[in-house]
Amino acid sequence: MLEVRGLRAGYGQIEVLRGIDLDVRGGEVVAVLGSNGVGKSTLNNNISGIYRPFGGAIRFDGTDITGARPPSIVARGLIQVPEGRRIFPNLSVRENLELGSYLRARASRAKNIEHVFAIFPRLQERIGQLAGTLSGGEQQMLAIGRGLMAEPRLLILDEPSLGLSPILVEEMFKLIARIAAEGLAILLVEQNVVQSLAIADRAYVIEKGVIALSGKAADLLNDPTLKASYLGL
Amino acid sequence: MIYDFPIIFSSVMNGLMLGGIYALVALGLTLIYGVLHIINFAHGSLLMIAMFAVWLLLETLGIDPYVALPLMVAGMFGLGYVLYKGVVGPMSHGEDANILLVTLGVAVILDNLALYLFTGDTRIIERPYSFEMVEIGPALITLPKLISFLGSLAVCLVLWLLIDRTDLGKAIRAVAKERQGARLVGIDVENIFALTYAIGVACLGAAACLLLPTFYVSPQVGNVFVIIAFTIVVLGGMGSFLGALVGGLIIGVTEALGGLFLGEALGQIGISLIFILILLFRPTGLFGGAK
Repeated sequence: MLEVRGLRAGYGQIEVLRGIDLDVRGGEVVAVLGSNGVGKSTLNNNISGIYRPFGGAIRFDGTDITGARPPSIVARGLIQVPEGRRIFPNLSVRENLELGSYLRARASRAKNIEHVFAIFPRLQERIGQLAGTLSGGEQQMLAIGRGLMAEPRLLILDEPSLGLSPILVEEMFKLIARIAAEGLAILLVEQNVVQSLAIADRAYVIEKGVIALSGKAADLLNDPTLKASYLGL
Repeated sequence: MIYDFPIIFSSVMNGLMLGGIYALVALGLTLIYGVLHIINFAHGSLLMIAMFAVWLLLETLGIDPYVALPLMVAGMFGLGYVLYKGVVGPMSHGEDANILLVTLGVAVILDNLALYLFTGDTRIIERPYSFEMVEIGPALITLPKLISFLGSLAVCLVLWLLIDRTDLGKAIRAVAKERQGARLVGIDVENIFALTYAIGVACLGAAACLLLPTFYVSPQVGNVFVIIAFTIVVLGGMGSFLGALVGGLIIGVTEALGGLFLGEALGQIGISLIFILILLFRPTGLFGGAK
């Protein structure tokens, strides 16, 4: 479904990603792990078309989307829920969700809002509230809900557990597992290794701009080199 | 007593009528500010261009200003869109400060172009309804002024519905506060910039049609409105819609009453006075939220 080949990317003169190969197949949950600053968000934003890659290729459903603009990537159903949520603080919860279907699935907007409320009942209670007044956890739910409104074919979740309390982190991973159980392909980009591997089918570990390790999530969980490379033990 | 109720009342009414137009001009300015985070220095010049266009339509083709309104709104929308896509956007390279300078440059060019084409003469139009009077309580208001007031309110209402209810409006508000998030839901942010600019400029097309039957046009006419519109935008709260409307009406009435009590020359003092007073007590403007 998603094929990333030899992706090189960065900012200005600085190359952050130095040749990334990565695949996500239909219905799969794939975790991308790595500590702060290894280029996880750079990877996402190049896939989503926010930045143009320096080199390499990105294909989605067999179509080359390398360097395509965000609207055309969203229109294909490749949706990113970004780090830091990036919800619209001056719009109500309902309006935020409605804009999730700005380009895609507009016809089934009402039905999908109900679907999002079934997953995140808390959002329904806050429906008329301005998104900027929500708590951190609720904002994260709204960001994921907004992503789901587009009926994604592949959902990229960038650090959904960032800045949440331990209890909320656990709740968030349960919810992601529930969304994945509906058959949606998910690229889960996280720092939270153990919990990510628990819900992922496969995982990649990025280190110093390249894939240092990859394999089945269950295998990686027990891999001593993961601890070594990731935690620096 | 010289200043008895009917005189003050008609002064307030006249102020409200003018305030409607002020609000309309300020509305476009505040909309552009809210989304692009810049003051559109070309606003006054674009209003002047629109007024000359209305004047030309009447003089050459005999089209009445009120009939020309839909045409002018569409035309100014198109001009605004092309201006942003062709000049303001590309020349600013994504830097807000550059946009500011580019709009200033556009203003200089438009002003001098108008001087070249139309000379510095002041022109007025005369329509059969120009001096028709309408009685409102004890006050007599000319019909075009009443129409301009009601027309301005109608345009404000349409604009508010557009911004509040439609997907385009939501996208505009989304881009105003969270550009990255907007890109990730598939909103073409650059295009929203251009559309916002175009909508703001389209307001001027409506304002020009409503204004011309009671006002003059000259290459400098934009200055009369744009300074006041800046004042209204700040007074109402930068980027606030309701602020522009209420602020416009307040300034209109203040100016009329100032003129009545202090004379035409000193009347404008009232505007500065109320401006300072409001900002003293509400530094973010009437309806401006803390950022």
